[in-house]
Amino acid sequence: MRLQPEMKRYTRRLLVTMTLYAIALIGANMWFRHAPPSGPLAYLVAILPALPIMGVFVVIGRLLVEMRDEYVRMLLVRQSLIATGFALSVSTAWGFLEGFGLVEHTQGYWTTVLWFGGLGLGGCFNALTEWRTRA
Amino acid sequence: MAHAGVNNHLRTLRAERGWSQQDLAQLLEVSRQSVNAIETGRYDPSLPLAFKIAELFGCAIEDIFVSPSKG
Repeated sequence: MRLQPEMKRYTRRLLVTMTLYAIALIGANMWFRHAPPSGPLAYLVAILPALPIMGVFVVIGRLLVEMRDEYVRMLLVRQSLIATGFALSVSTAWGFLEGFGLVEHTQGYWTTVLWFGGLGLGGCFNALTEWRTRA
Repeated sequence: MAHAGVNNHLRTLRAERGWSQQDLAQLLEVSRQSVNAIETGRYDPSLPLAFKIAELFGCAIEDIFVSPSKG
């Protein structure tokens, strides 16, 4: 099956952002381990790995804008909504559990991990819907 | 997701021309998945795509897609 141009662009952009993420994550960890920065620089270095992850959301947004096949775009939108609902629901529940002292504190970036996991759930939901109504 | 789409005659029209879903998808510049979703009423195409389908088959939109109030 031939890959659509927008999917090629998406793959390329995703590869770039994930490479930048790996570099930023390793770099920030090494920086804090060997010569911990202080003041505003510490905040800047700490936030560096988050920037490429924010970029991933932009990359997914660009794919939605550029996707020419409206049905496939609708599937991706549905997948993203399922991911968003899943991530926010689990994060909210966790927040209350944490508030009542029943679980330990967890870093906020796990919401993003949950969102990507939710994309997988959304993909399964889409596949199941396709399979159930296959002609 | 339970969604009763607009009834249509796309499958019949396609079969009359001896086209596969893949053939029609290529002519419409969409995925085979999209053609299948429209044929099975799982997805209602946008107005531009509905016009494209109608123009491809040389007929009016209402000759392919059945109005919910009439179907």
